[in-house]
Amino acid sequence: MSNAEPKQVAWNPQAGSSTSPLLQLTLIRFREFLREPEAVFWTFIFPLLLAGGLGLAFRSRPGDVAKVGILTSAPAAETIRAALAGDSTLQLVSLDDSAAAAALRIGTVALVVAAQDAQRVEYRYDRAREEARTARLLVDEALQRSHGRKDAVAVTESLISERGSRYIDFVLPGLLAMNLMGSGMWGIGFSIVDARRKKLLKRFVATPMRRYHYLASFLLMRLGLMVIEVTVIASFGYFAFGVPMRGSLIAFGVACLLGALVFGSLGLLVASRAKTIEAASGLMNLLMLPMWVASGVFFSAGNFPDAVQPIIQALPLTAVVDSVRGIMIQGLGWAQLLPEFAIVTTWLVLSFGVALRFFRWR
Amino acid sequence: MPAASLALEVRALRKTFGTVVAVDGLDLDVHSGECFGLLGPNGAGKTTTIEICEGLQEADSGDVIVLGQRWNSDERALRERLGVQLQETQFSEKITVEETITLFRSFFQRGPAVSEIIGLVQLDEKRAARVGTLSGGQKQRLSVACALAGDPELLFLDEPTTGLDPQSRRQLWDLVERLRASGRTILLTTHYMEEAERLCDHVAIVDQGKVIASDTPRALIRSLGAEQVVEVELVEGAAVPTGLFATTTGVLDSRIDGPVWSLQVSAAHQAVPAVLRTLEAAGLSMTELRTHTPTLEDVFVSLTGRHLREQ
Repeated sequence: MSNAEPKQVAWNPQAGSSTSPLLQLTLIRFREFLREPEAVFWTFIFPLLLAGGLGLAFRSRPGDVAKVGILTSAPAAETIRAALAGDSTLQLVSLDDSAAAAALRIGTVALVVAAQDAQRVEYRYDRAREEARTARLLVDEALQRSHGRKDAVAVTESLISERGSRYIDFVLPGLLAMNLMGSGMWGIGFSIVDARRKKLLKRFVATPMRRYHYLASFLLMRLGLMVIEVTVIASFGYFAFGVPMRGSLIAFGVACLLGALVFGSLGLLVASRAKTIEAASGLMNLLMLPMWVASGVFFSAGNFPDAVQPIIQALPLTAVVDSVRGIMIQGLGWAQLLPEFAIVTTWLVLSFGVALRFFRWR
Repeated sequence: MPAASLALEVRALRKTFGTVVAVDGLDLDVHSGECFGLLGPNGAGKTTTIEICEGLQEADSGDVIVLGQRWNSDERALRERLGVQLQETQFSEKITVEETITLFRSFFQRGPAVSEIIGLVQLDEKRAARVGTLSGGQKQRLSVACALAGDPELLFLDEPTTGLDPQSRRQLWDLVERLRASGRTILLTTHYMEEAERLCDHVAIVDQGKVIASDTPRALIRSLGAEQVVEVELVEGAAVPTGLFATTTGVLDSRIDGPVWSLQVSAAHQAVPAVLRTLEAAGLSMTELRTHTPTLEDVFVSLTGRHLREQ
């Protein structure tokens, strides 16, 4: 720089072409998201890992095999072993006393058989465990038959295998809805609180920017990401586990759209006053934790007592989970989805209205 | 002066936060095309004042007219004509310089091209760099660039050089001088007296929420009537009689601040020997003696008895 007279600022004030502020704000949202590798991971990769893990752990095994321990210290261990060896539904393991106790405790065997002689056996198992009760029935059946028990009633079996009744069919729509909640609330809530903390909100308010453009840019980003999230998770379920899509894709799209919007609005609501990330974080957990537990993501909401059912059914996540699951697994139509859609829309209108009304811009 | 040439007019402005009076009956007249400085120590009420003028805070009472308009009428139309730079804005670190300026440009209906703004603030080489990688001075110039996005008639700069190293500060001064030369009205706050002296056509010295003096920097300094300022630092802990230099030849005014006496003198060559004689007569010894031409700092000291940068 020379010390000469400062140059005039000679520019053409009309030279700049004005692009749409809503477009620019939305582009910034996407850039902020895509340039944050952690956010990309939690939004896209994590739900896939979770679905994959749960799908593998709870996959339906044809002709489930019960693991049974034979207590080697019992006098008739070998006799019993020979009697059970022919049964393909049982997997036998020989165990001494301490190994048997340990195996029962950690669930590597469902049942331990201690045989005094060929006529007297003792079953050791935990009655509260389903696979232990099943193992007891299987072992008992095999033992009694090998000693000549005859069926009193003639039975024929016709086996069916219904797609849509497995655990993965139950949990995948739940995970999809939960993901819409998580990325909507964290994604929007944190960005806004962060912008407020960095005085960026105040800086925007000092320009002619329209305030609803700013808020709308977050919802637009959520809609864009929602399409990707939902497509990735639903097609992963379809191709990796054969999770069906029985209902109409349009109804499914509407359910996901409403879900993304309602949790986006709840994110705006949580962020509308909070000045620190910590305060927002607490509020988010307060809102989301009951829904993770009660809304039927991992197990049916019907497990909760009747007295709290009206509350659980009114939660936004319950409504989104039920509608997404209903469309994918049961193929529900518009009329059956109406109550869920009404609940979600009510939450959406209320939370967006309140957020807009109480939003702290400075 | 007719009101039409005023870019900003502030009358009897008052703002309290709880029991703290931040602004206490403050008046300002900022003329179109001038660079006006609010000079004062931290906590004097400068930021509160400028944010009320920017329509970001509401006054308890008083009147603010910006470009002939009050904040209760068409706010967006007024914002189209203003450029605002805030003291502590942190832009998104993941977004580039060009993307940030493009965003701000999109908020305004008219204004220069983004590339022109980038050129003006000399961030051409950093055009594609993310904000997180910029130095303090570059971030501050980006902040000014965003304030220029709407080709503003009136530009507010709140402590634009606070926390910058001397070189970055000079680059920013250079930028402000170019903006001033282009005929924009600028209102800036600062607690650096050399910044106010160099950049401002007009300075209002603010202390405890009030304007205690307002004029051109030269006139403020001339009002001291002193040709030189002599500073005498005494041995720490010495008992110093008040009015020590009251009758010393050539000393117009004297202030003590800690161990340092600040003396305004008319003719240094006569005053300095007289000062030495006074010290000798009082049996005091000094550790240092300095002289300098008077600055706005001396004006502030003369008005308040305190230094600008003390806490």
